[in-house]
Amino acid sequence: MNRQYIIRRILIAIPSLLGISVILFGVLAMAPGDPFEELATNPAIPPEVRQALRAKFGLDDPVWQRYVHWLSAMVQGDWGFSFQSRMDVDMLILQRLPVTLIVIGASQILAISVAIPVGVLAAIRPYSIFDQIASTFAMIGFSLPTFFTGLVLILVFSIQLDWLPFVYRADVDATGWAFYWEHIKQSIMPVIVLGLAQAGALVRFMRSSVLDVIRLDYVTTARSKGIGERKVIVRHVVRNALIPIVTLVALQLPAVFGGAIVTEQIFRVPGIGSLLIAAILANDTPVVMGVTFVFACLVVLFNLIADILYGWLDPRISFR
Amino acid sequence: MAGSTPASLSAEAPAAPAVVAVSPRKARSISPALETWRRFRRHVLAVTGAVVLSILVLAVLVGPYIWPVPINEIDFAAKLEGPSLAHPLGTDDLGQDLLARMMYGGRISLAVGLAAMLVALTVGVLVGAVAGMASGWLDATLMWLTDLFLALPTLPVLLLAMYLFRDSVKQVLGVEGGAFVLIVVVIGILRWMPVARLVRAQFLSLREKEFVEAARALGASKMRQVVQHILPNALGPVIVVGTIDVAAAILFESTLSFLGLGFPSDVPTWGSMLRDAKDYLDIAAHWALFPGAAIFLTVLAINFIGDGLRDAFDPRRVL
Amino acid sequence: MNERDLRGLLDQVKAGRMARRAFVRRLAAVGLTAPMATQLLALSGVAMAQPKSTYKPTKRGGGGLLKVLWWQGPTLLNPHFAVGTKDQDGSRLFYEPLARWDRDGNLQPVLAETIPGREDGTLAADGKSVTWKLKKGVRWHDGQPLTADDVVFTWEYARDPATATLTSGSYKNVTVEKVDQHTVTVKFPGATPFWADAFVAAAGCIIPRHLFADYIGGKSREAPTNLKPVGTGPYMFKDFKPGDLVSGVINPNYHQDNKPYFDAIEMKGGGDAVSAARAVLQSGEYDYAWNMQVEDEILSRLEKGGKGKVVISPGGNIEHIQLNNTDPWTEVDGERSSIKTKHPTLSDPAVRRALSLLVDKASVEKHIYGRTGIATANFINNPKRFVSTTTKYEFNVDKAIDILEKAGWKKGGDGIREKDGKKLKLVYQTSINQPRQKNQAIVKQAAQKAGIDIELKSVTASVFFSSDVANPDTYTKFYCDLQMYTTTMTQPDPEVFMLQFTSAEVATKANKWQGRNITRWRNKEYDDNYTASQSELDPVKRAAMLIKANEMVVNNVVVIPVVSRPGVAAMTSKLNASISGWDNNTWDLSDWYKDA
Repeated sequence: MNRQYIIRRILIAIPSLLGISVILFGVLAMAPGDPFEELATNPAIPPEVRQALRAKFGLDDPVWQRYVHWLSAMVQGDWGFSFQSRMDVDMLILQRLPVTLIVIGASQILAISVAIPVGVLAAIRPYSIFDQIASTFAMIGFSLPTFFTGLVLILVFSIQLDWLPFVYRADVDATGWAFYWEHIKQSIMPVIVLGLAQAGALVRFMRSSVLDVIRLDYVTTARSKGIGERKVIVRHVVRNALIPIVTLVALQLPAVFGGAIVTEQIFRVPGIGSLLIAAILANDTPVVMGVTFVFACLVVLFNLIADILYGWLDPRISFR
Repeated sequence: MAGSTPASLSAEAPAAPAVVAVSPRKARSISPALETWRRFRRHVLAVTGAVVLSILVLAVLVGPYIWPVPINEIDFAAKLEGPSLAHPLGTDDLGQDLLARMMYGGRISLAVGLAAMLVALTVGVLVGAVAGMASGWLDATLMWLTDLFLALPTLPVLLLAMYLFRDSVKQVLGVEGGAFVLIVVVIGILRWMPVARLVRAQFLSLREKEFVEAARALGASKMRQVVQHILPNALGPVIVVGTIDVAAAILFESTLSFLGLGFPSDVPTWGSMLRDAKDYLDIAAHWALFPGAAIFLTVLAINFIGDGLRDAFDPRRVL
Repeated sequence: MNERDLRGLLDQVKAGRMARRAFVRRLAAVGLTAPMATQLLALSGVAMAQPKSTYKPTKRGGGGLLKVLWWQGPTLLNPHFAVGTKDQDGSRLFYEPLARWDRDGNLQPVLAETIPGREDGTLAADGKSVTWKLKKGVRWHDGQPLTADDVVFTWEYARDPATATLTSGSYKNVTVEKVDQHTVTVKFPGATPFWADAFVAAAGCIIPRHLFADYIGGKSREAPTNLKPVGTGPYMFKDFKPGDLVSGVINPNYHQDNKPYFDAIEMKGGGDAVSAARAVLQSGEYDYAWNMQVEDEILSRLEKGGKGKVVISPGGNIEHIQLNNTDPWTEVDGERSSIKTKHPTLSDPAVRRALSLLVDKASVEKHIYGRTGIATANFINNPKRFVSTTTKYEFNVDKAIDILEKAGWKKGGDGIREKDGKKLKLVYQTSINQPRQKNQAIVKQAAQKAGIDIELKSVTASVFFSSDVANPDTYTKFYCDLQMYTTTMTQPDPEVFMLQFTSAEVATKANKWQGRNITRWRNKEYDDNYTASQSELDPVKRAAMLIKANEMVVNNVVVIPVVSRPGVAAMTSKLNASISGWDNNTWDLSDWYKDA
């Protein structure tokens, strides 16, 4: 693990991202559907209009030509424009980025900060009451879909108790403390729904990997040296047990940008997930391409970061 | 639940002698598989899980013969009824019997959940193990592939896959058979990546550990190092992913059906019943309750079995 | 109903022996839209009814924020690029047409001073031109005056093929001339019974010349005003996030007194229809929600909370089942459902008649759609109260069995009927939408009882309705036996609508499946009748021909109409808003107000 290795990995990332972009573009071009479906069922719109629009937006060109066109524009910082709204793609993404980062980011932070200590505590005393309760909640978290847990929360907290709003409004018409309070109130439910689903899996992973490590020889050695139990757990056990967690978190973090499609839909959070799904359903290729390509870059980046962190967590790991 | 916990399962138990891990030869008196089975059998929760899962499987397999009500008998007079003698689990908004639908749907959901989980695990473990052992260009290529699959947007890929393969698969295997195979393969293909990355990370760390080094020094082949020494120690996260994937696959199947990519809309599954019921949650709660509970129970049972397997596979644990 | 009957009715209205409303209803019963009926009246010299305004507020503003939910939010705000009603609805916050259609199909003036009529000669006797007088003193949001130049420009903009507007259908065949600063004349190539299309309602929004003049043709996308609309409407632009939010603030110089009532408006997008209904009817977070495609069972339970109400408005949308006339399972020259083939079983009129008897429309209405889908026998809408005398619907399994038996379709060993080795096994497809899947299940069960095996198939809407040539699952390819969807009738003139059954319009590989005739039904009598109606100058004769066309489609079971789908909106109890099935949801937004 050295600087040379990192530089090499970053250099490899460029052609690999290019390759990913070719395949993404190919899949989107081949996937069924076209952006003007809504015009098709409307008898008032002549078919020529649809044809003219297809030609105007270059949809009738061969796929490779469209790809080259897209790539050369992208290199110059031009992300193209949406077929649906005819707005620039980068502008559309920027409009939705803050909300996505806040809501999805908060839920990830919540998930990680709850799951890691809970998982460790559950593993230290496996099959204790605490472990059983934690495991049950974790299993609820990943065996019930978010569309269901979200709805239950809405029915209880918005409709029965009338405590929280369930329509997320990015433009809150309040100032000062009221502004923050409104934002917090409307974020509570989406953050909890998402956080619960993610924390559920993380708790199980954390518990399992601490159990794996806790019985390794060097932990026993550390214990026999008379190091305090607390220190053993934090220094020796958790650090090693973090390798799968780092992997998982690195897998999930790109989603902070990519958004959460179902949860955003339930609470009408104007995040990137809902932008993406609307664009996919409308076959709005430039938007889909823009979002997924940034997402792909983040996937590659975070996996690289994970690899680097492995070396830090376990210095014996070497990349040859 | 807590009452049934055997005291010996506590981690406070004295750690196993290091020798066992370094040299499995000493345990030769009984085969490792038998040893694992012996340990599993003693795991009370795991056995409970296995029993619950067996009951579920038995219920969906045998149930329809005991309760021979058609799954799609529409009866508007009885719509949205709660549990009664005529309909033990109540009815949905077309007056169809939920018990019959639960049993029929359970066959599909359980089969899809388990099969898709196995596909995802197999592919993931294979890719992760090869990448973790190989390093160099093979590792780089496999990780590129993993990144690619992670970056692909699910929906267009699904639409494309169905559009390319649906008709040919349907011709060979029929409507429901074709849908089953496609769904299992598609879910497997979309969910192996986390497994691969987890397994690779475990391998990177484990292959440098003392007991593997010792085996290497003793001249164990690469294959032997993996199968005997590294893999059993890397299984912890794999089992967890497996249990989570069962739930994910059951729910994902409903998403596929909802998109018209899965089973025909008149074929009930637990996931699609839960989805259909959600808008009626405050009107007819029973409709959502039963499929939701069935999925939860399945996940619970599989988790206990997973925990049992995990503990049983642990080479350092002597029960 | 033939031409003579129609003339008799018109005379009765003229003589004051029949109410206008009754006339509109009678025509609806035989399949003509309300706007079509009122246009007929206007051409016969009976002026449009101008209902008295029920608007109560006595000063402009003071109503606070109006919060409305569109579960699919507008994605663009240029009315001439509007793809669906959501975009048109969003544009109507800021832009206005010369006139709009109310609930009963009457024209109401907006930017026009009056509705053209025969009395003052603004509606030409030969039906070849119509003159519109603009309201004076109307100003754009940026202070510039609205003049005839803007109207002429709108026509030039919309008809330019390089601009590729979606409203071009209304403008490409007419010419528009400026008469003076506040008068324009629309000239038609021939006598046009349906004269109120250009500059009217959804497709008719007037755009400011001074802001769009530089962006006509190929540069149309670059106009900054596309994203920051400047119109004449009741609200001025504040913010726009495609798919999420459109917001506006009160226009202090709006051209109607005491309007609008609300100080600001916020149109929120996203989510699904059921939760939108909850936000209005159950929690009251929002004042109004659009397009409640929610099962009536749920809507009525939510309504019981007493916080809001569901408002229904009749329109021209029909959920119908199409029967394939060609063979979808045999490939000829690289295309299935080719017109060179004949459907093996559906070509038998007995099978078609039996199928139409097996669609339990009453149950579909009662248990799935409720108020939001009314069982119908006609392809063009038909309010239930005025069932047509010629076309009827019936659900009768025994009768269907009887018809099949008599035609020689006998039950085989597997319970499925067959004749000459051909089994009655059909594939029935539709788009994904919960009520549709339930509808499919109901049809399947009835068919099963009659010995017809139906396999259900559902395709995600974005694929089903696409015009993707490579995809076999699109509705225009119709690679299966039966299919179901709703045709929208955005244009109230049935002529465009009835075009879809003419032989020349058959969707084939040769025309890239762009043809409108999807059932591939071909009938010379229908074609002749349709061609004659197109060149018919006498509006009454023409109307009679269109009525006949509708009857032919239904009586030959080319399609099986299931339910007509009226517009459905949810609003809080205090909100007063009128809904029109013939215009946008926000057609009279300036008149919305809340009770104190």
